[in-house]
Amino acid sequence: MAETKLAESVYKRPESLTDVQMRYCPGCTHGIAHRLVAEVLDELGLKERTVAIATVGCSVYAYEYFDTDAVQAAHGRGPAVATGIKRCQPDTIVFTYQGDGDLAAIGLAEVMHAATRAENFTVIFVNNAVFGMTQGQMAPTTLMGQKTTTTPQGRSVEQGGYPLNICELLAQIPGVAYLARETMTSPKRIRQAKRSLKKAFQAQAAGLGFSLVELVSSCPTWWHMKPLEALQWIEDVMLEQYPLKVFVDKLAEGQ
Amino acid sequence: MRQEVFMAGMGGQGVLLAGQLLAQTALEAGLELSWFPLYSPEVRGGRATCTLVIADGEVGSPVVGQPGSMILMDGIAVDNHLNRVRPGGLAVVNSSLAGDEVKRDDIDLVAVAATDIAAELGSERATNMVLLGAYVATTELVEEQLIEETLYRILPERHHDYIPTNVAALQRGAQLAAEQLR
Amino acid sequence: MPERQLITGNEAAAEGAIAGGCRYFFGYPITPQNRIPEYMSEHLPPIGGVYIQAESEVAAINMVYGAAATGAWAMTTSSSPGISLMQEGLSYMIGAELPCVLVNMARGGPGLGNIAPAQSDYWLATRGAGHGDGRCLTFAPFSVQEIYDLVGQAFPIAQKYRNPVMILADAVLASMREPCALRDRLDPPEEKPSWAVGGDQKGRQRNIVNSLWTDPPVMEEVNLRIQQRYREAAQNETRWTEHGADDPEILVCAYGISARICQTAIEHAAEAGVACRLIRPISLFPFPTEVIADWAQRVDKVLVVELSMGQFIEDVRLAVAGACPVELFGRTGGMLVTPEEVAERIIEIA
Ligand SMILES: Cc1ncc(C[n+]2csc(CCOP(=O)(O)OP(=O)(O)O)c2C)c(N)n1
Ligand code: SF4
Ligand SMILES: [Mg+2]
Repeated sequence: MAETKLAESVYKRPESLTDVQMRYCPGCTHGIAHRLVAEVLDELGLKERTVAIATVGCSVYAYEYFDTDAVQAAHGRGPAVATGIKRCQPDTIVFTYQGDGDLAAIGLAEVMHAATRAENFTVIFVNNAVFGMTQGQMAPTTLMGQKTTTTPQGRSVEQGGYPLNICELLAQIPGVAYLARETMTSPKRIRQAKRSLKKAFQAQAAGLGFSLVELVSSCPTWWHMKPLEALQWIEDVMLEQYPLKVFVDKLAEGQ
Repeated sequence: MRQEVFMAGMGGQGVLLAGQLLAQTALEAGLELSWFPLYSPEVRGGRATCTLVIADGEVGSPVVGQPGSMILMDGIAVDNHLNRVRPGGLAVVNSSLAGDEVKRDDIDLVAVAATDIAAELGSERATNMVLLGAYVATTELVEEQLIEETLYRILPERHHDYIPTNVAALQRGAQLAAEQLR
Repeated sequence: MPERQLITGNEAAAEGAIAGGCRYFFGYPITPQNRIPEYMSEHLPPIGGVYIQAESEVAAINMVYGAAATGAWAMTTSSSPGISLMQEGLSYMIGAELPCVLVNMARGGPGLGNIAPAQSDYWLATRGAGHGDGRCLTFAPFSVQEIYDLVGQAFPIAQKYRNPVMILADAVLASMREPCALRDRLDPPEEKPSWAVGGDQKGRQRNIVNSLWTDPPVMEEVNLRIQQRYREAAQNETRWTEHGADDPEILVCAYGISARICQTAIEHAAEAGVACRLIRPISLFPFPTEVIADWAQRVDKVLVVELSMGQFIEDVRLAVAGACPVELFGRTGGMLVTPEEVAERIIEIA
């Protein structure tokens, strides 16, 4: 919230965001991610033909924040819902906004198959290595040794298996048109993240197929860290497991 | 009028095709009907059965416990189903594979060496047509001529080469049944 | 009269949907209804429609959810185990007040069960629709023609009540061939409902399709609105047929394939001197309670025939409300009853 106010005093709120106060914890990067997506929609002039798909996680209220048509989807099913919308209305711009529990646990099948079908929509994948909304349990993306409310001793192979790298998995699928992993730990990183988000939507607008941007994100609340510590932890620890990279860029190939 | 006919045999004998052909012919004749294939509990792999109910009014139940008539294409079909023919009913049996020993004296039994006849005509696959010819001649449910016309209509063009054999089989079956009835 | 064609129940469901204006199909194969997705994959694309083979029934119903949110007339079909997986999506559709049509060609269960005919999804169909306080409007055809007609009619009904409509049939009806009069295919309406998302949004308020209402009074209001629609559906959509004697000793209640069997069974019983009347609900929810209650006053006994071990009978008992004894003749696990067996049972209890 503090961050929204700060943003207002510097720039104006993107058209594609409503003036509803977001309910994220202080220092949570969900808010930045929303703002970046909204700015991209504004800059590409897509606001009036976009359907946002809110999924289940801390971002469940995304339909209140994005000032576009919106559909709230069941936990993990966003990509199936997006498929239904996009197949009926190919000219509509569609994006899902999914956490790592939503996308990489319960919804893994839906996102993988949407990619294999080369569905022409965009996924915003917010990887904060925990189930934030349900109070900090282990997610598939939780790091080895990371303490969560269901891995109190730290994640072990015996108990929780290994972290799941979604981008590396998707990179092998020919239906993917744009695929990148970004983070939001510094102004420079944020600008880079926005560039990738923009390309993802451009790929969709050009009808090139499935696009996904993973945003390595923070959950200061359930990581039990101060916001800045959380950003530092991303830099020091998370990016080792989840290196930043543009995996696929068919827009560039087309040029 | 309501007539039920239950057909059974092994896979590949054309049980379902014979059933559908009779069903389509009944439709062309302006009758009401219901046809359904069923995997009955006692059947092992590769068995086929179907039930066809034909009526000049409402068909009612497509499921029949004791059908008024049956076409039984092999010995297993006879063993499994002959006892279910309604007393006073009819069974047309393929005696090439089931023998022609009469196992019931309360029904009409028409035994035709259908597989042998079909082989003589050039294709064992026409066994079902021999039996269907015998059945139609016995019951006069539909005109034999109409079955032949229907064959042309329902078989895809590329299979029309087989039709003369099938028609010959239908006619032989009808002829043999007529002889037995006499 | 249009020419009648000999088609299966599966084909009737598929063509009935297209004739009724459905252009979007999402499904996952399962016997005994595979002919439906096959038919759709062949017939929808040439007329500008969409067929997508989903990765699961979970995905299929959620694709339907997305399609329905755009105002499209969308459908999915499955058989029992797949319908189990769709429960979540149905609950969300009811909560978000979205219409769709689904067909359940029910098979024997529980578990993987078998592919034989069963009516053991009665509760799933009429009580199901996942968690929460919603239900599917449910219709049970008993012939190929009726499958064709009802599936087509289900689309405007679903739109009118903004609720999923389920067509409940079974493995016999799915694979059965009967003459069916086919109509011309209707185009779906061009105008989108006011609540639909997507497309050009200039000059209108944004639309949100949502089932999340964290404030209980608001959620209750939504639920009461949904219940009000169910009451309207009870007024307008309750359907049944009656067959047999005007002065019966026994009232027989059955739906779907069982009712077909009972049609002949009551004739057999009549020949044996027992007068019966058959009431066949076509709509299972809303249920034709009143007509059964009326007749229950005038008969000695009610016999309920179902291919399950006492599901449908609960609705009949609620209607009869103790006016006379209600007995069950059920088979289960994919077993059929024959008209002869039903007639025997009628004569036994008469
Ligand atoms: C079917 C179902 N199972 C479980 C839940 C409970 N649930 C809500 S959010 C969530 C996890 C969300 O984690 P994530 O997607 O990582 O989002 P975050 O809150 O971390 O942003 C779970 C398990 C649910 N809503 N639905
Ligand atoms: S719980 Fe974590 S992910 Fe959720 S809003 Fe708070 S900080 Fe953000
Ligand atoms: Mg998370």
